[in-house]
Amino acid sequence: MANLNIKLKVWRQKNKEAKGKFVDYTLENITTEMSFLEMLDVLNEKLTHQGEDPVCFEHDCREGICGCCGIYINGRAHGPQQRITTCQLYMRHFKDGETIVLEPWRAKAFPVIKDLMVDRSAFDRIIAAGGFISVNAGGAPDANANLITKHNLEKALDAAECIGCGACVAACKNASAMLFVSAKIAHLNRLPQGKPEREKRAFAMLEQMEKEGFGSCTNTEACSAECPRGISMDVIAETRREYFRASILKEKV
Amino acid sequence: MKLDSKIPAGEVHEKWTNRKFSYKLVNPANKRKYEIIVVGTGLAGGAAAASLAELGYKVKAFCYQDSPRRAHSIAAQGGINAAKNYQNDGDSIFRLFYDTVKGGDYRAREANVYRLAEVSNNIIDQCVAQGVPFAREYGGLLDNRSFGGAQVSRTFYSRGETGQQLLIGAYSSMMRQVGLGNVELHTRADVQDVVVVDGKARGITVRNMVTGEIESYCADAVILATGGYGNAYYLSTNAKGCNATAIWRAHKKGAAFGNPCFVQIHPTCIPVSGTYQSKLTLMSESLRNDGKIWVPKDAKDKRPPNEIPEDDRDYFLERKYPSFGNLVPRDVASRNAKEMIDQGKGVGSTGKAVYLDFADAIKRLGKDKITEKYGNLFEMYEQITAEDPYKVPMRIYPAIHYTMGGLWVDYDLMTTIPGLYALGECNFSDHGANRLGASALMQGLADGYFVIPYTIGDYLANFKKDKLTVDAPEFKQSAKEVSDKMTRILNVNGTKTVDELHRELGMVLWDYVGMARNEAGLLKAKQMIKEIREDFWKNVKVLGTNEEINQTLERAARVADFLELGELITDDALMRRESCGGHFREESQTDENEAKRDDENFSFVAAWEYKGEGVPEELHKEPLQFDYVKPSQRSYK
Repeated sequence: MANLNIKLKVWRQKNKEAKGKFVDYTLENITTEMSFLEMLDVLNEKLTHQGEDPVCFEHDCREGICGCCGIYINGRAHGPQQRITTCQLYMRHFKDGETIVLEPWRAKAFPVIKDLMVDRSAFDRIIAAGGFISVNAGGAPDANANLITKHNLEKALDAAECIGCGACVAACKNASAMLFVSAKIAHLNRLPQGKPEREKRAFAMLEQMEKEGFGSCTNTEACSAECPRGISMDVIAETRREYFRASILKEKV
Repeated sequence: MKLDSKIPAGEVHEKWTNRKFSYKLVNPANKRKYEIIVVGTGLAGGAAAASLAELGYKVKAFCYQDSPRRAHSIAAQGGINAAKNYQNDGDSIFRLFYDTVKGGDYRAREANVYRLAEVSNNIIDQCVAQGVPFAREYGGLLDNRSFGGAQVSRTFYSRGETGQQLLIGAYSSMMRQVGLGNVELHTRADVQDVVVVDGKARGITVRNMVTGEIESYCADAVILATGGYGNAYYLSTNAKGCNATAIWRAHKKGAAFGNPCFVQIHPTCIPVSGTYQSKLTLMSESLRNDGKIWVPKDAKDKRPPNEIPEDDRDYFLERKYPSFGNLVPRDVASRNAKEMIDQGKGVGSTGKAVYLDFADAIKRLGKDKITEKYGNLFEMYEQITAEDPYKVPMRIYPAIHYTMGGLWVDYDLMTTIPGLYALGECNFSDHGANRLGASALMQGLADGYFVIPYTIGDYLANFKKDKLTVDAPEFKQSAKEVSDKMTRILNVNGTKTVDELHRELGMVLWDYVGMARNEAGLLKAKQMIKEIREDFWKNVKVLGTNEEINQTLERAARVADFLELGELITDDALMRRESCGGHFREESQTDENEAKRDDENFSFVAAWEYKGEGVPEELHKEPLQFDYVKPSQRSYK
């Protein structure tokens, strides 16, 4: 265990309308065993005692699964490590004396509402548009009625790993939500249960994505590189194919 | 207050069928005239909102997170139980029922548990139809794994993230209804009160977490599905935002609180490393399928684990419980780990951990198989501890994980306030004094998909529609109380932070109302909690205003409620002078230091009634009757 002294440059913005700016803080004796968010807790305790407004940041489960947290750290979504969320980042990955820059996700479709907190409700509206299988509770056949090969199941699960954190959007120079949307489309299309609505789903979700103000995908692969769940670019290719296929079938509803 | 559990007559396997037939129905055209509020969007709340909207009711759903998909059900790792018997290993509805009643140490209602086991199979069917990717065998059939407290393989799973996949299923079903206009969704909504009009639950008061506005919502029935209160202990496996505010407010409005002292301490969590620790991370119980738990035989043995030869290791669970081994129920595993640590045999830098070792399993099955089964858990462990569990045994320690106690509900899941329902972890109903692994997901979804859609119809069919709006004085009064509470907190302007006070409360609860409890300790805890509560209202420091995003204010309001609930947990633990399940009273143990129940005096559900500020709560007892699973000293030897 070692102790670090660090400098922070944190984006502070009072509310959606206010103009934000970077504010500098210093912290001493941060232990390397602390998580990044625990380091921010320490900062906030300090600020509170000093009578200064604590830094607002989103977090909940603090074990990398709820998708709440998301800070742009030193120019990287969820920080310097790969395949983790911000809450899974530990201070042992930083150096003594280092300056760490903290920004919110930046995207037109994710407006900043305070400090490091953004509004990601656009993702929910995309799911509401078509990210589901239309079955009501009650009438489902026996779970083993459909055989699903292990391979296909694992592929569907790979796509279903998405936690909806929005790092893909933050990392993308176009602020596109293509990885998020495609992960959902691939999760459902790769299963037999998802097939009946595949065309309709692709149309509805992509249309909603555009409406929300996300940019277009230009295949730079930054999304996949920064995805804490390692969702692969394959899902985007599949979605393009699905959209093309659906256009030919003219199944748009 | 009179408790009426409304357990239907008849044989246990006929009760639910009979009851469903006896329910009045609301005709399809009339359903859209009824409005139902659902608080919480985890497995229970999300499933309830979706299935009620599918039936045609008008639903308003509320969650404190920015998206309903983030509810803490998402963090459940290991799996979900069902009595499918796909493995041909002797499982049945009756066996799942039997295991759950026994696992709960005979403190749950037989009728409820049987229903749970009965609908468990429908849940798996429903989830697969929604696209939940449960693990499969090569032939395409569903796979199962084993969990603690059972000798059959009945747990369905998706890698180590079953909760996420199930929640995404419920969430997407609910979002489908949002898109169809049948569910009105309110996110970043902190529910602060339940509004009761003419003795019936008719709405809620909410603090808008973005604007700070205090908002009122009116409905014909209210469902709480807000999860457990483990965060009262500060450090727990819960998400940071998990809170008891909605159920505690409901309690103060007349809903009895059942068995508050039944708190589950999970044996396999990553140990505490420092003072600034903000939460504890669970390592799924499924790891106990292949991991072996041990400590050095000699307390003075400080060699690194890999240098300790087999003969110098004590596989204490395998030694003491040969038939269940490492898969004993959670309460038994936690208590035994504590016992080892109390004997000075704990490992790691703090001495507050035991080993969970995979060397054997890796040798037997190969590293690839272990990666396939537990890959993400191993990664998670390494992220946190910087140790590679493929090479060095994991260090684990028990942590607060789940609360079996919660709002008292009858067989229909209705609280003692008519029209107010409690689903999932926030009710007390199905797990008795100890919950078995992979049963929380089962209960949440059972309540949401397959119980509440039936039971609430009966209430609404008998409910006379009126023209009540949020202009009624009861709503105004509630809004004023909530607003006053926020002002009062902000006005203290003391010297202690919310987290400092919360940590103090957590330490008291963990030390005296944790894994082992005794009368002197509990009395002391009661006094200490009172003092922390007074301190809170004199010294808490919350900056900013109500009319903005104010995360400290949100936390303070929750801690204020935990400080009241903490005392009730302690009172309940004091009253229950027996050991059962997760509640271990040192005064009541067998010669082998196992929990010793006292069925003669304590075979009841404790339902506490709020009597006003500063007045002791009144205890009501619902006697428990066991006709099918005869209580015996629980043995996993």
